[in-house]
Amino acid sequence: MSSVTTERRTLVAVEGLNVYLGQSHVLQGVSFAVPEGGVTALLGRNGVGKTTTLRALMGLVPRRGRVLLGGEDITRLPTHSIVRLGIGYVPEDRDVFAGLTVEENLRLAERNGGQRYELVYELFPELRARGRQRAGTLSGGQQQMVAIARALLNDNRLLLIDEPTKGLAPLIVSAVAEVLDRASELATILLVEQNLGVVQRLARDAIVLDQGQVVHTGPAKEFLGDPARLRRFLGVSGDGAHA
Amino acid sequence: MSTFVLLTITGLGLGAMYFLIASGLSLIYGLMGILNFAHGAFLTVGAYATWWSSDKLDARIESIAPRFLISVLIGLVAGMLVAALVELVLIRPLYLRHIEQVLVTVGLSLALVALTQAIWGPTEKPFPAPTWIYDTTTVLDARIPNNTFLEVAAAVVVLAGLLAFLRFTRYGLIVRAGVENRAMVTALGIDVKKAFTLVFAIGGVAAATAGVLSGVHFGSVDPHQGTALLIFAFIVVVIGGLGSILGSAAAAVIVGLVQQWVNYYSSGVGDLSVVLLLALVLLVRPSGLAGKWSVAH
Repeated sequence: MSSVTTERRTLVAVEGLNVYLGQSHVLQGVSFAVPEGGVTALLGRNGVGKTTTLRALMGLVPRRGRVLLGGEDITRLPTHSIVRLGIGYVPEDRDVFAGLTVEENLRLAERNGGQRYELVYELFPELRARGRQRAGTLSGGQQQMVAIARALLNDNRLLLIDEPTKGLAPLIVSAVAEVLDRASELATILLVEQNLGVVQRLARDAIVLDQGQVVHTGPAKEFLGDPARLRRFLGVSGDGAHA
Repeated sequence: MSTFVLLTITGLGLGAMYFLIASGLSLIYGLMGILNFAHGAFLTVGAYATWWSSDKLDARIESIAPRFLISVLIGLVAGMLVAALVELVLIRPLYLRHIEQVLVTVGLSLALVALTQAIWGPTEKPFPAPTWIYDTTTVLDARIPNNTFLEVAAAVVVLAGLLAFLRFTRYGLIVRAGVENRAMVTALGIDVKKAFTLVFAIGGVAAATAGVLSGVHFGSVDPHQGTALLIFAFIVVVIGGLGSILGSAAAAVIVGLVQQWVNYYSSGVGDLSVVLLLALVLLVRPSGLAGKWSVAH
């Protein structure tokens, strides 16, 4: 099993993760460790298995291998039990409940009392004002706020966040990055992100996937500063890191 | 004029019964993606449990009204328990295996008819009800059977109860969200399977209510009653929009009225007209009157 760092405690350990979707062998023995605290970026070209990795951690797709959270084996647990161990999930397509209001979307995410509505409304004041609006009528950026707010509402120790800036205007991207920066003070984040500017701003560590396998783990700065690796595994030039 | 009024109000009564069956079917399909062919069995269970308990209570409770009420209560509880049991024992192990679910629910539907016939015989059983239910009330010169008002009132109460459940309770919220995106509900840490059992139980109560009302409506119960009404309930669910309670309510009224009017004015082709209506809706608006995924709207 690869390890991103040796000094910090490991929060998530993934060992030999295999996922088949139909005939496709999407994850081929993926192993990595996510250290506790800060942001770890999960990088790679489109279709290499980043989203599937997050879904496999959540138990949303059938998988083989082992997933440990804080040393506890969660591989055989159903999704709702995994989440109750303290995981917040922001899916790639936001997946807000379009027919429910913003308030109802948040209320649905409540777990075990002690919700952090003050924090959520401090980060996203717009959500308070739009509480009674149906989530399906919100803009893409506002829907992303709802999706992130649902994950931040509970005292989670791990946030799995999948492409939070996808399809958003540059100004909104910056606001989302700021929120994630703040969220990283509260929980460990495993972040799938294509915008390398955001990765550079937030991530301390990076795990890189290629064709369903881990091809690099280490400090994010080291990877982003290596034009040859960027070109090989992400298909971008060194300048992409400053996008 | 009085004929039209009679047809309209009795059409509403028929629609009320369709709605009571369709509401459970619609919620179950919307949340779990299951076409529950055993839903008519819940109706039969409710009707037979009411008839059976009234028969047993006959010697102990002389007055028909309290005996009827207690029997109805037993019928509704029986419908609820059987529905919850079906979900827990037969449906849950087949989660996401849709073909097997269809086979099991069709099999259960056939088995229950056979079982009912084996225990109580194939003939109709006279259904116990207070005599005022079979009296008539005059509305605009039309003499309307009182059971029609009972059917409409029961459907309105169930509709209001379902809407209140969906709008004001946490499980209602879970059901509404689950109809949209079940996987995301579990990704929020919610055990959606509890909602599955609850929805089956609610559907069972509503179907059992339809069982009681069909017993009152026809004056008897028979083993095939559930299956016969289930076909029209499926049509109502599709016309209303899968997963939509208000859509089912609107579709049930339309189907009930069309069936009654056409049956009278076009010499008994009411059933055919309902099938044609279904075909028309599927052509013009395939997702039904309420559209897709709009459970409480």
